[in-house]
Amino acid sequence: MDDLLSKIAGGYNYIAYITIMMIGLYAVIAKRNLVKKIIGMSIFQTAIILFYISIGAKKGATIPILMHDHGPEAAEHAIKAADYINPLPHVLMLTAIVVAVATLGVALSLAVKVYQRYGTLEEPEIQDQINKS
Amino acid sequence: MVVELDMVILTLVMICAVGAIWVKDLLGAAILFGAYSFMLCLLWAIMGAVDVAFTEASVGAGVSTVFMVAAVFRTSRRTKD
Repeated sequence: MDDLLSKIAGGYNYIAYITIMMIGLYAVIAKRNLVKKIIGMSIFQTAIILFYISIGAKKGATIPILMHDHGPEAAEHAIKAADYINPLPHVLMLTAIVVAVATLGVALSLAVKVYQRYGTLEEPEIQDQINKS
Repeated sequence: MVVELDMVILTLVMICAVGAIWVKDLLGAAILFGAYSFMLCLLWAIMGAVDVAFTEASVGAGVSTVFMVAAVFRTSRRTKD
């Protein structure tokens, strides 16, 4: 029992990332409102970001800023990579966050244009109006 | 027992995600999505990704919520699902 609990706690980030990803996928597929779909898309993107940050995290390590990197004692300290969290996934995910906001802005502006044209955000009503005309 | 702060915050993240797509008011969904982004920002800070944390706080939680609220005010607030 304790073994199982520690296993769940060890992989909790990954369980949570799959759960959040599936919540986002459900919103994209099953919700009929366009803004709800866009929220689901953003949730999906942040789930991917959570996965990448979880890869880079380490137990007992500090944030990736070098200690003793200048001053007179700089040459005496060797840099041990095990003491620092891996910064490479962080840098990749910084760009992913900015791209996510850009796609969110484009998607919301398209939703506003759809509302101005059809007067509704619900997908079946838009489909009805397209079929009628 | 191995309960830590990041597990509590991850559970809050999942609750906020479910709430954001479950609530029937689009303004409420936008605010819950902002809360979701702030919970994720706390999570990044706990996991040691400070640069991602402050980018998420300013861009993810700030600008996204403003976009969402602006879009909701330009369209309708009610939704059927």
